[in-house]
Amino acid sequence: MAYDKFNILTSTAVPLPIENVDTDQLIPARFLKATERVGFGDNLFRDWRYNPDNTPKKDFVLNDPTYTGKILVGGKNFGSGSSREHAAWSVYDYGFRCVVSSFFADIFRGNCLNIGVLPVQVSPEFSEKIFAAIFADPKTEIEVNLPQQTITLLSTGESEKFEINSYKKNNMLNGFDDIDYLQSIKGEIKEFAEQLPF
Amino acid sequence: MSNTLFDKVWDAHVVRKIEGGPDVLFIDRHLIHEVTSPVAFLGLKSRGTTVLYPNRTFATADHNTPTIHQDQPVADPLSANQLQMLEANSAEYGISHWGLGHQKNGIVHVVGPEYGITQPGATIVCGDSHTSTHGAFGAIAFGIGTSEVEMVLATQCIMQPKPKKMRINVNGKLGKGVTPKDVALFIISQLTTSGATGYFVEYAGDVFEKMTMEGRMTVCNLSIEMGARGGMIAPDETTINYVKGREFTPKGEAWDKALAYYKTLKTDEGATFDKELSFDGASIEPMITYGTNPGMGMGISHNIPDADQVEGGAATYEKSLGYMGFSEGQSMIGKPVDFVFVGSCTNGRIEDFRAFTSLIKGKHKADNVTAWLVPGSHIVEAQIKEEGLLDILHEAGFELRQPGCSACLAMNDDKVPTGKYAVSTSNRNFEGRQGPGSRTMLASPLVAAAAAVTGVVTDPRTLIEELV
Repeated sequence: MAYDKFNILTSTAVPLPIENVDTDQLIPARFLKATERVGFGDNLFRDWRYNPDNTPKKDFVLNDPTYTGKILVGGKNFGSGSSREHAAWSVYDYGFRCVVSSFFADIFRGNCLNIGVLPVQVSPEFSEKIFAAIFADPKTEIEVNLPQQTITLLSTGESEKFEINSYKKNNMLNGFDDIDYLQSIKGEIKEFAEQLPF
Repeated sequence: MSNTLFDKVWDAHVVRKIEGGPDVLFIDRHLIHEVTSPVAFLGLKSRGTTVLYPNRTFATADHNTPTIHQDQPVADPLSANQLQMLEANSAEYGISHWGLGHQKNGIVHVVGPEYGITQPGATIVCGDSHTSTHGAFGAIAFGIGTSEVEMVLATQCIMQPKPKKMRINVNGKLGKGVTPKDVALFIISQLTTSGATGYFVEYAGDVFEKMTMEGRMTVCNLSIEMGARGGMIAPDETTINYVKGREFTPKGEAWDKALAYYKTLKTDEGATFDKELSFDGASIEPMITYGTNPGMGMGISHNIPDADQVEGGAATYEKSLGYMGFSEGQSMIGKPVDFVFVGSCTNGRIEDFRAFTSLIKGKHKADNVTAWLVPGSHIVEAQIKEEGLLDILHEAGFELRQPGCSACLAMNDDKVPTGKYAVSTSNRNFEGRQGPGSRTMLASPLVAAAAAVTGVVTDPRTLIEELV
């Protein structure tokens, strides 16, 4: 399914300075039983967010009204583990449109790009600056500019470029997805399949 | 020109290269299961498209299936619904479906190789990160998200930037009681869980050459746990002997052609890798994890390292040890164990049950331990019976369950309770992985066996003289 277009996102951000945030934390396996893509945001970080009796854990950042926004800033090696796209769905469904980290796990990054969540990889130094800025002032706004491929702390003007391949960038800007593209070259794919040795 | 094994297989499957973007990669074999496929089928329907090559996709139910009373209806309505959806979608689109109760049902990464769906030189994907298992055959195999499952169903292709290449060499004689699982956990402990992110790994060296296909599958299975998309081992006589004659393996003239192709599947002399690492096999000992990711592992006789000896933030490290109830500098030996799980796509094959049984033979299950022994497939289950292993297990107080993913990710009822400790032959020790609040120590079937009969973490080398 095609998704929302992404151009320039300006928002406050939610800080989660923990390394190796894995997919079982993003969405525990017991919440993977849905057969439609609905309601995953409720279970984002379920076991860090709620006690076993379903009362919110007050010290977890998603339960702290101080921090809000459409950008999630995580620690190094964000999204490691499973290939479950449900992890990216839960991030999206909760309301995030961008995840920032100094290092992403491969499959999670790809899944985000496939559903319209922009993964922005920054240097470890810039990651530290972002965390420091948010903790100093939770109202700090961050601009994620996809056309320019820049992420900027609006309070100080500090900015860094980020990488995204031009194909995926075009998809994100226009809300296209890979299936649209692959469908358009189906004839070529069939020809390729026919010449395979077995 | 000198090419790597990975280049040869990848390049042979590129339909189109996109300037500044990914490659369009043709997928030979697509495996699906009940959890990551329903939304992909919904996507197909909403686009009004269909499955391009139904005979290239194979469905099996494994993630949320019960491991007892499989002849009875599945009690959990959500699980039952997912299983029913897989059956209905497979029927609608003409896909082979090996559902619960089917003789060929089992863990997707166990049955794929058993029936010859997995072949050298193929591209294989599945909505499951442990698809890397199939790399043991010299295939390019990796996990994909549900959007990509939909792509493969609709077009038999996905779009992937070509990963960088890493070769990991392990040579030398493995010590007593050191299994393929230990080799893999050792490598991950050296690289960390992100050390191979962005790479596709080739495993080389005599340690892997001497391994059985089961052992190679265990190693390749765990490639994702160091961040690699996948890992592969060049096919050799061991591979060919395993593949030959299986149900979906080419036959007759097609086999001769396939064999000629398989023999080209090796890294050429002089081919280069973006990164190359070498380890001494003789230095590896039985491994165990002490933290909450698979990189937090160590030789079982070692002590838990101090925060300043490990890579990463001290706060994250302390959070992890706090969750496990362990402290820096402690020994793991003698730690109490509540549950032992033998199974999963990592260690649910016949060799794993042979190893487990070799150690527990003539001993008895510790009273404080609940043991879940879950074969990866009905073939494994039958072998356990035929080889007389089941009798040995029964005499020692163990029961065998029915095939499925089980406590590896605890989507069914096989959940380790909050705060309890499990020695598990599976692949992830993340917080809550085996049930909310569960505490997992990853290890080999031999370490699991030693824990199962002593009730505490025990070095298996102290228990028997002659290990398999």
